[in-house]
This record gives sequence, structure tokens and C-alpha cells, in this order.
Amino acid sequence: MKRLFRNSAAALALAACGVAFAQQGPVQIVGLMELSGTGATAGTNFDNGVKLAVKEINAAGGILGRKIEYTSMDTQSAPQTAKALAQKAVDQGAYVVMGPVFSGSFIVSMVETKRAEIPNFTGGEAANITQQGNPYVFRTSFTQSTAMPKLARYIKDSVKAKSVAMVWVNNDFGKGGRDSMSKALEAQGIKVAADISTDPGQVDFSAAVLKVKQSNADAVFVYTNEEESARALRELKKQGYDKPIIGETTLTGQKVIELAGDAANGAVAHVGLTVDAPQPAIKAFDEKFQKDYKYKSDHNGMKGYSGMYVVKAITEKVGKFDGKAFAKAMHGATIRAKDVPGVLLDVHFDDNGDLDRESFLVKVVGGKQVVTATLPPVNPIQ
Amino acid sequence: MADFLQLIISGTATGAIYALCALGFTLLWQASGTINFAQGEFVMLPAFVMLFFINTAGLPVWIAFLLTCLVAMLLLGYTFKRAIVDPLIRHGVIPLVIATLGLSIGMKQLTKAGVTAQAMPFNSPFPDGLLALGDFKVSYADIGTLLLAGLIVIGLQLFLNRTVTGRAMQAVAQNTDAAKVLGINVQRMVLYTFLINAVLAVVAALLVTPTYLAKFDMGESIGLKAFYAAIIGGFNQTRGALLGGVLVGVLENLTGAYVSPAYKEGVALLLFLVVIIFRPEGLLGKAEERKV
Repeated sequence: MKRLFRNSAAALALAACGVAFAQQGPVQIVGLMELSGTGATAGTNFDNGVKLAVKEINAAGGILGRKIEYTSMDTQSAPQTAKALAQKAVDQGAYVVMGPVFSGSFIVSMVETKRAEIPNFTGGEAANITQQGNPYVFRTSFTQSTAMPKLARYIKDSVKAKSVAMVWVNNDFGKGGRDSMSKALEAQGIKVAADISTDPGQVDFSAAVLKVKQSNADAVFVYTNEEESARALRELKKQGYDKPIIGETTLTGQKVIELAGDAANGAVAHVGLTVDAPQPAIKAFDEKFQKDYKYKSDHNGMKGYSGMYVVKAITEKVGKFDGKAFAKAMHGATIRAKDVPGVLLDVHFDDNGDLDRESFLVKVVGGKQVVTATLPPVNPIQ
Repeated sequence: MADFLQLIISGTATGAIYALCALGFTLLWQASGTINFAQGEFVMLPAFVMLFFINTAGLPVWIAFLLTCLVAMLLLGYTFKRAIVDPLIRHGVIPLVIATLGLSIGMKQLTKAGVTAQAMPFNSPFPDGLLALGDFKVSYADIGTLLLAGLIVIGLQLFLNRTVTGRAMQAVAQNTDAAKVLGINVQRMVLYTFLINAVLAVVAALLVTPTYLAKFDMGESIGLKAFYAAIIGGFNQTRGALLGGVLVGVLENLTGAYVSPAYKEGVALLLFLVVIIFRPEGLLGKAEERKV
């Protein structure tokens, strides 16, 4: 009897040690990233942003005294792979899942993280991501329904265009953007002169550009992923298109500028985040990113970086590693850049997981993004 | 009318690039019975080699192009023939088809893992700008593409028809046994075909990469369209490959502009199906009979 008691006590002590070790060991954060395929540019940037933030957070002692163990897995830009990897992340006991960046992949994979009650951050912009009542979903960028009205106002007030030709990519990201932009343009009394759908990964934009020219619209709105945006810009230049070229975020991304070369000059876009913004926290991020990766981050790198710091800030606010409590604390949360410089700009999350913050209008001049205006948040951040 | 002409010119320019690749398909098939499903990757690899010479070695684009031709002849011509085609061809076409499919996947994955999964910019070798004749405008890039592809095709035809080596290659393509009896070194002629195919791939890479961007999977689309073009024109006729390529390029452009860009990618497949059903030997191909 005595021996039985002694053995049970030893077993209990061992088990307790195991639990304590698990609680004190590194916290698992998993990235589901487009490291190859059509989303390789977006995914690689987002992943590098997360890695930079993880490196800094770990160097400063981690979150609540625990180091972060970040693992990124390649979705190959394919929704079915993203879903399988999300299940893998759940099996690995991830505390938070970052990504995918592509809306189409995220809409499929978030089902798995929701089932496991794991907070899941996305770089996707499709409006319907946060309209499905998933309390574990949070954005790192604007939803299209926030961004497009800002852009439509710019097209009306500054470009003074009465008609616009729209070139969009036929995936969840592009369809969502096209729908939001159509509504926003209609609200401003601007006519859609041509509605041109293109394929994900499309390489030849000659016919699409010719359609744009035939429409005689006052400007063209290009809403495609990075590589396609670069190809569209090259074709617009090749065919001598001389009217305003306007986009949302991707069109003037760093990678697009690099790929499009001179053809990117003159393009204008509304961007949620840009390394060329004047804020000191953003300047500091730009320097650190370039030092580590030897290239300039695009908005996706900033989304990954700031998203990771949001995880840190909210976890420390909650005081424990609890996915449910984390999700609850995220809704209605405001994080200020002066308190947590890693979030880059003051940010507010609403009850759907959508975020609000300042944004920028940029123009590509001499192969560089130049911020032409800073737009305030939709609702002032209290 | 100006738009229509512009579509025809730019479609012909795109089609000329498909035709260069399709020409490679037909040459290899005629000379050695090889169907190379890694033809698209034979375009992708030279694009990265050229980028290496331009960006890392700092060489001008035309020098980089010539050096890449040498590298391609060694790797995609000589090595491909000796390491893959020669050991497998005696077992028939199917093992070779499977091997080239494997080669295609291997080349893509190696480039993705060893170079980059992201797209890289590749500047056009031709000047920017448009040539305007009234309402009709055509880019210098399209004119340059048409001229260079045209020169290559005419040069190749002259080589095949007007030189002893070219005629010997044709003899091998038409009847290997008879060529042997005539004292032609068949293996050497076949090797020449592989070397020409490698150079055609480098030219296609130079012309198409400014539009497609250099990426590990850039060959998928061009390889498939070149295959369709070769079948449409006639797999056993070099003229057929040219016709097939230009037809696909022009029809794609017209469909994109007058129907919808969304249907553009399906044009080659549709044309391929129609030809396979109603004229399996291709538009300019000759029916081949086989004894069972």
C-alpha cells in the first residue's frame, strides 16, 4: 500500500513537471504561407515580417516569459493545401495561426482553426472573410469594404474621373474587390465603363489592356495579385496607355514596382501600410527589415510584423495563453503605437475582427512609392 | 480597323514565340521520335541563366543571350539527349514521355528550391515605345519579336533546305535506315536537332520572359500552348508548327478583345480539340500509316 502510494505520488509529480514544462516551454505559433505558387510574393513577405517580429520578441524575453517557436508551412497558394496544413497546425497545438494571406485559401482553412478555437490572423482583404461570424478571425489589413470607398472618393475628387475601366483577378480576392469597388464607384456617381475579369496567374494582358483602351474610360482600376499587377502595368505601358492607373495596395507594392520596372511609374494606389510612410515606427521597421532580408518590405511584410506584435500585446493584456480569452480580448481592442511600436500605427479591431487605422495614398515616382496623402481612420481611434 | 490590325500584329508576335517552341517539338519528333513534355521548362531554365549573366556577371543582354545558347546546347541539347533520350528511346515513346514529364517537374522544383519561388523581372531586349501610323499603333517590342522570330525561322529553313547538313538532317527525319545506307551519320544529325531545339528555347526565353516574368513555373503555359500549336499545325511538319503557333496567338488575341479575356486561355485547347477530331494529322500535316 505504502509502495503504491509512493509510486502514485512519483507519477503525479512527473506529470506535474510535464505540464509545467509545457507551460514554460516555447509557445507554438504556426504560419500558413504562400511560399510558392501565384502568391509567393505576398506569402514570403508576410512570413518574413512575422519572423522579424518573432526574432525581436524572443530577444526581448518572449511573451509572458515564454519564447515563441514559429514554424511556417507552404500552402503552395492552393486552398486545399492550406486547409490540410491548418489541420496540421491544430494537431501541433498552435496557440495562434498566422495566414494564409490569400483570401481564397483563408476562407477554406479558417474552418479548421475555428473548430479548434485558435485565433487566426490573415493578410487577406476579401470582405466576406469577416462576415461569416467566426470569432477567431482577425485581419492585418483593411477589408475591401473599408478601403474601396476611400479610393472611390479619391477617384471622384482628385482624378475627377467620370468613368472607370476595371481589371480584376477572378479569385476570392479579386471578386470581393470588384464587388466592393463597383458599389463604391456607384455611390460616387462614377460609371464602370468596362468590367474585365482576368485569370489568377495570367501572363498575357494584351487583350485586357486593349479592352480598357476601347472603353474610353477616364481611368483604369487594376485589382490583381502582385505578379499579375506587374504584367498588367508592363502591358499598359507597352500599349501606350496614358490615362490614370489606379489600384488598391497591391498595384504599387515593392515587388510590383521591382517586376514592372519603369512601367510602374505614375501608378497611384490606396495602401493600408507602406514602408515609405513618415511615421518613426515604420521607418525603424523598414531599416530592420532591409538589414535582415536585404530588400525592401512590401505591405505584406508589414502586415505579418504588426500582426505578430498584436498577438504579443493582446496576450500580455489577457495575462495567459488562452485562445478563447485572446479572441474575446481582441474584439473592440485598441493598441497604440506609442505603447507597442511594433504595431506600427494606432489600430482598432471591431467585433468582426476587421481593423481600422490610418492609411495612405501613394504614387510611384522614379521607381519608388511616394506618399501623397495620409487618410484618417474611418472612425477616429479613441 | 486600327484595333483589329494591332490585335493581329501583337497576336502574331505572341504566336511567333509559341511557334519557336512548337518548332522544337516537331524537330525532335521527326528526328528521333521524341516528345519532350519538358519543352516549357527548356524555356524557363535559359531565362534564369540569362538573368544570371545579366544581373550577377553584369553582361549586356545580347552577350548573355549568346552565352546562354552555349549553356543550353550543352545542358538541354547534348546532356538531355545522352542522359535521357538515348537510354530510353529504344523502349518506345511512352517511357520517354513519362521521363520528360518527370524532367519537367524536376526542373521546376529545382529552380524553385535552388533559385527562387518568386517571379523576377526581365527587361525586354527591344526599346520601349510605340510606332504610330495614324490610328494604328504597334510596340517596338512586338516588331522586334516578329523580326527576330522571323529571322530565326527563315534561317532555320535555309539551313535545312540549302545546306548539306540540313538536307542530311531531313533525310534522317524522313527515313533513318535509308539515311544510314547513304552514309549519313544519323546520331550526329539527331544531336544537331537537339542542339537546334535548345537554341530555339533560348530565343523563346529571350522574347517571352519580359512579358511572363522569370519564374519557375513560367514554362507551363508556353509548353502546353506550343504542344497544342504543334498538333494543330501538324506534328510531322515544321511549317505546321509555324502555322499552329501563329494561329493560336492571333485567335487568342481576337477572342480576348472581341469575346472576353476570360475565354482567351481556352482558345488553344478548343482549336486543338477541333483539329484532333476532324483532321488528326494537323492542318498541314501528312497522315502516317503504320502496319500492324
